Amino acid sequence: MNKAYCTLAVLLGIVLLTATSCFNDLDIVPIDEDFNTSEAVYRDPASYRQVLAKLYAGLAVTGQQGPAGQGDIVGLDEGFSSYLRNLWNMQELPTEEAICAWNDQGIPELNRAFFDSNNPLIAGMYARIYFQIPLTNEYIRETTDEKLNFREIPADIQADVRIFRAEARFLRALSYWHGLDLFRNIPFIEEARGVGAYFPEQATPQETFAFIESELKAIENLLVAPGQNEYGRADQAAAWMLLAKLYLNAEVYIGESRINESLEYIKKVIDSGAFSLEPNYEHLFLADNHNSAEIIFPVTFHGRNTQTWGGMTFLINSSNGGSMVPADRGVNGAWGGNRVTAGLVMKFDTSAANTDERAMFYTAGQTLAITNPRTFTEGWAITKFSNLDQAGNPGSDNTHPDTDFPMFRLADAYLMYAEAVLRGATGGDQATALGYINALRQRANATSITAGDLTLDFILDERARELFWECHRRTDLIRFGKFTSGDYVWPHKGNTVANEFPEGRAIDEKFRILPLPSNDLAANPTLVQNPGY
Amino acid sequence: MVAQRTISGTVKDADTQEPLIGANILVVGTSTGTTTDINGAFQLDVPEGATALEVSYTGYTTKEVALTASNLIAVALSAGEDLDEILVIGYGEIKKEDATGAIQSVTSKDFNQGAITSAQDLVAGKIAGVNITPSTDPGGGAGITVRGLSSLRASNAPLIVIDGVPLETNNNGGSRNFLNIVNPNDIETFTVLKDASASAIYGSRASGGVILITTKKGKGSDKFRLNYNGNVSMNQVTRRIDVFDADEFRQLVLNKYGEGSVEASYLGDANTDWQSLIYQNAIGTDHNVNFSGGVKGLPYRASVGYTNKEGVLKTEKFERTTLALNLNPKFFDNTLQVNISSKAMFTRNRFADRGAVGTAVGFDPTQPVFADDSLSQAKYGGYFAYQNPQGNPLSLAPTNPVAMLNLRNDASNVQKYIINGSVDYRFPFLPELRANLNLGYDYFYGEGEVTASEQLAYAVEDTGSITNYWNSNENRLLEFYLNYVKDYGNLGKVDFMAGYSWQNFFFNNYSFSRNLTGNEVFSPEETFPREYYLVSLYSRLNYTWNDLLVTLTLRRDGSSRFSEQARWGLFPSAAAAYKVFDGRKGNFNSLKVRVGYGVTGQQDIGNGFSDLYPYLPLYDASQPNAQYQFGNQFVTTLRPRGYDANIQWEETATLNAGIDFGLLDNRIIGSLDYYLKNTNNLLNEIDVAAGSNFTNRIVTNVGSMTNSGVELSLQATPISNDRFSWEIGGNATYEQNEITQLIANTLDTNYLGVFTGGISGINNNIQIHSVGHPLATFFVYEQLYDDNGNPIEGAYSDLDGDGQGGVGNGDRYHSRNPNARWFFGINTRLTYDNWELSMSGRARVGNYIYNNIWSDRANYNALRGNTAFLSNLHREVLNIGFEQPQLLSDLYLQNGSFFRMDYITLSYFFPELGGVKNVKVFATVQNPITITNYPGLDPEVGGIDGSVYPRSRAFLIGLSGSL
Repeated sequence: MNKAYCTLAVLLGIVLLTATSCFNDLDIVPIDEDFNTSEAVYRDPASYRQVLAKLYAGLAVTGQQGPAGQGDIVGLDEGFSSYLRNLWNMQELPTEEAICAWNDQGIPELNRAFFDSNNPLIAGMYARIYFQIPLTNEYIRETTDEKLNFREIPADIQADVRIFRAEARFLRALSYWHGLDLFRNIPFIEEARGVGAYFPEQATPQETFAFIESELKAIENLLVAPGQNEYGRADQAAAWMLLAKLYLNAEVYIGESRINESLEYIKKVIDSGAFSLEPNYEHLFLADNHNSAEIIFPVTFHGRNTQTWGGMTFLINSSNGGSMVPADRGVNGAWGGNRVTAGLVMKFDTSAANTDERAMFYTAGQTLAITNPRTFTEGWAITKFSNLDQAGNPGSDNTHPDTDFPMFRLADAYLMYAEAVLRGATGGDQATALGYINALRQRANATSITAGDLTLDFILDERARELFWECHRRTDLIRFGKFTSGDYVWPHKGNTVANEFPEGRAIDEKFRILPLPSNDLAANPTLVQNPGY
Repeated sequence: MVAQRTISGTVKDADTQEPLIGANILVVGTSTGTTTDINGAFQLDVPEGATALEVSYTGYTTKEVALTASNLIAVALSAGEDLDEILVIGYGEIKKEDATGAIQSVTSKDFNQGAITSAQDLVAGKIAGVNITPSTDPGGGAGITVRGLSSLRASNAPLIVIDGVPLETNNNGGSRNFLNIVNPNDIETFTVLKDASASAIYGSRASGGVILITTKKGKGSDKFRLNYNGNVSMNQVTRRIDVFDADEFRQLVLNKYGEGSVEASYLGDANTDWQSLIYQNAIGTDHNVNFSGGVKGLPYRASVGYTNKEGVLKTEKFERTTLALNLNPKFFDNTLQVNISSKAMFTRNRFADRGAVGTAVGFDPTQPVFADDSLSQAKYGGYFAYQNPQGNPLSLAPTNPVAMLNLRNDASNVQKYIINGSVDYRFPFLPELRANLNLGYDYFYGEGEVTASEQLAYAVEDTGSITNYWNSNENRLLEFYLNYVKDYGNLGKVDFMAGYSWQNFFFNNYSFSRNLTGNEVFSPEETFPREYYLVSLYSRLNYTWNDLLVTLTLRRDGSSRFSEQARWGLFPSAAAAYKVFDGRKGNFNSLKVRVGYGVTGQQDIGNGFSDLYPYLPLYDASQPNAQYQFGNQFVTTLRPRGYDANIQWEETATLNAGIDFGLLDNRIIGSLDYYLKNTNNLLNEIDVAAGSNFTNRIVTNVGSMTNSGVELSLQATPISNDRFSWEIGGNATYEQNEITQLIANTLDTNYLGVFTGGISGINNNIQIHSVGHPLATFFVYEQLYDDNGNPIEGAYSDLDGDGQGGVGNGDRYHSRNPNARWFFGINTRLTYDNWELSMSGRARVGNYIYNNIWSDRANYNALRGNTAFLSNLHREVLNIGFEQPQLLSDLYLQNGSFFRMDYITLSYFFPELGGVKNVKVFATVQNPITITNYPGLDPEVGGIDGSVYPRSRAFLIGLSGSL
């Protein structure tokens, strides 16, 4: 028997030893070198630039594989999850500047400016904003001086990272601004809060406004001087533009005029002298527009290296259709989706006498009137963005353009200057304003205007002519009180499914603010829906 | 009367004359007993008045031996003829009458017969509480659930253990079904451990139940035997989606838009029935040869199987070869038993483009299949393709479904091996103790190539595409346990087992995708290795005292998926059974009462990257085509992934109470079980509150759910005589589930729940997991109807009273349940002389289906595509009459209850024919009858009916025989 128990004891011993050593097998880290733990990432000085690149790329691509794959947003068709595509849909489809032929759920409702909290495109926009904010927060948390010192990041890299960090704060402010502008009463995520199961609480518009303002002011002097940063990255002028836009719309956001401050920051942009008008308007929207001195802050795309089904791929391919030859815009696709309503066309002289080069319409086979929004050939088409370069050569790919999107450009600053002056801001003058407006008009070969022509209504129209399809329109119409009102309508504004109001009508004031998406109301019970939804 | 004395004896196998070690000897009418030693010998002091000994051994028929004057007894036991009586359980086996848990087993003689390629189809409808949805494609996988769904996001599939090797149950790319490794003809038993007391020995992987499959083995005493069986089958599609034919469609478009309209100009002038062009009568054949016997006491069984089947969708093919070899030698006076089991599978697949099924439904029937203009000939292979004015493919238009099938080649070669060897050693000096070491290796490698011709419309612009991929999967298993069995006579019998298990799962994928000319890369070459580990300690105590049986198990599992704090789970169970009476004569022959409680776990949330490292904060690098430009440089980006640092085991506590009974001379035997399962820390993918994570959805532990049910199994032999016999078996299951909690620490009534069940459109979900409702309940608008009972488009009840119906979530209500409440299985066998007729069928009652084909295609708006093309509609549009899609209406919820006869087989048996023995010829019709009110193709689609691979009917003739 002793022998038996000895054997048993030895066996048990072996079992326990094997067992214990194998328990360590449970501590694993990924064996695929494409994946790294957070700690390993931030120990590598080279990573800081790469994570920053993702914060920017969040505006352009939809995941870690182009044009689709490893998506950032789950549960939404990846092409529909693009930041820029969603922003464009929100800012353009409910206005006179665009109407889309597709029947994908949510699009007809945006066309009619008659949407609800189940609209998947609105949910996509919201999800994008709230993808950017936690990512930027994380980056800001991981790049404090204390952490950089602890990780013994070399001093020269630390100096770069301080600038990166300021840019991350700019990008966070940009997304908060989009959130404030589109959804107004939005969840605020405290920077110190990491990842976890909690319910971010809604901030008041005043709180969000104050946060964006204080952030931009805080980083103003940490950012690179205007025009001095690498192409694609934000500089001081980008932050100033954003501040100026925040102040310009303050009346809408917080019921308080901040027009003087708006003008102050616009002047900083203009007076920096770092930017100049692109001599040829058309060149602003071509495959080689990264060379333009007018663009203050772009979202960059590239046919080989920055691919997406959203962004510029969407903007160019979706606006080809009918008898248009896609190759004329450097692509193969004619998705037959987006064109404009007569509301935009009528801002231009539609006769043969028109000289305004900004009237980049395609009319062959297109009717001006839109009976059925689903027919691409109803409504004039647009050729503004193109994947050809100035020499007429196509970009690096025939589906995904090289063309960058000008999020902020100098012409916008000129128009904002004039608007601020007309709204009574101190620190500017009408003559300068007139000069800026005529500079834009002369560049486009349009007739110059006189001081008497320079009214707020003119500015709103001129903004459409100069900036259409550049994601400004909805905000502009709201600021001018014309988005919902019945005294300014365009075809299909407020129309019904039964097509009762093809010429347009007033819509409920609630539509000035988008509904919070129902899925987040479900996921975060602390949220209160925007009024009227 | 004889006074107390000592009996000595031996117990041997009646066939082989080999001693049986550890056989039980009991004095009848007492609890006095002993076990045999390694020589099969025993000595027992029998009390005064003893008349007989009962000798029993697992797997053998128990024998009662009358005591005579002699003190020497030699007992020969025969291997149990009725294998039903022996149940395979985790790490061992047990006599059925001694089982304390809800365990049900089906042996080869009771398997379904038909063109069965995959193991699970053998027992569809045969086991109460086990719900098997047979596959629709050749060799395809099937849904198997045991006692309903107990998880939301983690696997609901049972753990499958083949010959002691627990399998990784996630299918890999290129492979249709992981179970294809085992040829159905090689399977001996299919055992299901349903309740926690039976399955808790598998701890963390047992929440979905456990299925133990054992394969046939040779016996040392057998003479060489060779068996063949084979069949030829033909499958055909029985139903199609009801769409307009070309003339009706033309009229519909003209009526709708008018002559001369843009839409009318899109019409073609052909008459094409697209659905008839994509299906075929699919021929299949299946051959199996196996031989078994013993060479110098080395028992072996080897088999070769070959299956070649077409799918009913044109171009679908499946070809499989399986090899299996089992060797079971014994050494050192049988104290050392070695089982070597090896299986190999080689399949060649061609996958038809499933997209063609849905495309054929909607494709304009006025367009031709072929176009003979020179452009179409040159550019599109002669197939009709929608073109833009430049002759390029029309953006967003569908591709000709016939071209989709013929111009795309998606083929794979798969090999899989499972090799395991177990060594079972009984200590000569302590025969009560045995040690078992089991080493297993499970290897999968599948490689494939998908080419889309440069003439295929969707691939024309890229000049075609070619994707090469491979997937490999290696699982290693090491298990060791000790088992101690001792009969303490009056004090009862103890059977204690304790062991250790280690498993490593390693996955690697590769893919490379580019165009046919190779000048454009869509997805660069990439491999994707990843792994996880499971480490466990387990023990079980079976204690038998007279007619009382007690089982206690305890398992501790560690999974590398979870953080150090959350990694370990403890899974205990306890069960007791009492044999009220057993072997009694008369109307009531046996009755056993069982009750058990236990906890099982679940950690299998998949084998994707996020699923294997869900708690780690990780960053992933972008591909070269998702970089971002800084200056003149394109920077590879690093993205943080969403994660849940606190993710942990899902745990299911199960209470089970049941009875087993035998009536009327055991002509009726049956079991009745009640169970209640509470699952806590449910793993689910939920929308996170915006901004609280790096993703909008994450897998996390979210709540609790209960499942409860009643199962009844009956097996009856109403007639049994020399020429005629009739057996009938049936089972019925009632089950229900309810979600009881969804967010920790929140009883917020505003919280709707977790949306699920994606339907057409963007981001549309038709189902929801909500507290107080069954999981995945349909969450819809309440359709309003006019006086004639016709639905009014866009008119819904204003359930939240905000003045508008059909707006927001407030107007949605929890409607039907996608899961059936009632499940039935029935099978019967009639034999008359050498004829045999068998049938097997299943029914489900109470399951509802969202008919996404109707909601998508039964509205006039769907006539027009996004660009210059038209799409066919479901004919139901004539009744519904909607202009716009009304996706969230409850109009589309339809009752999917059904009865389906799965198999009818008629066979004739020749004991000998031309020197061949046991010749059987048979004919089977598979899926001959379906009774349902569901108007779609298949009531078994489950939940949401989009475009499905149709379920076919098969006709089969076959032959078997042996030498």
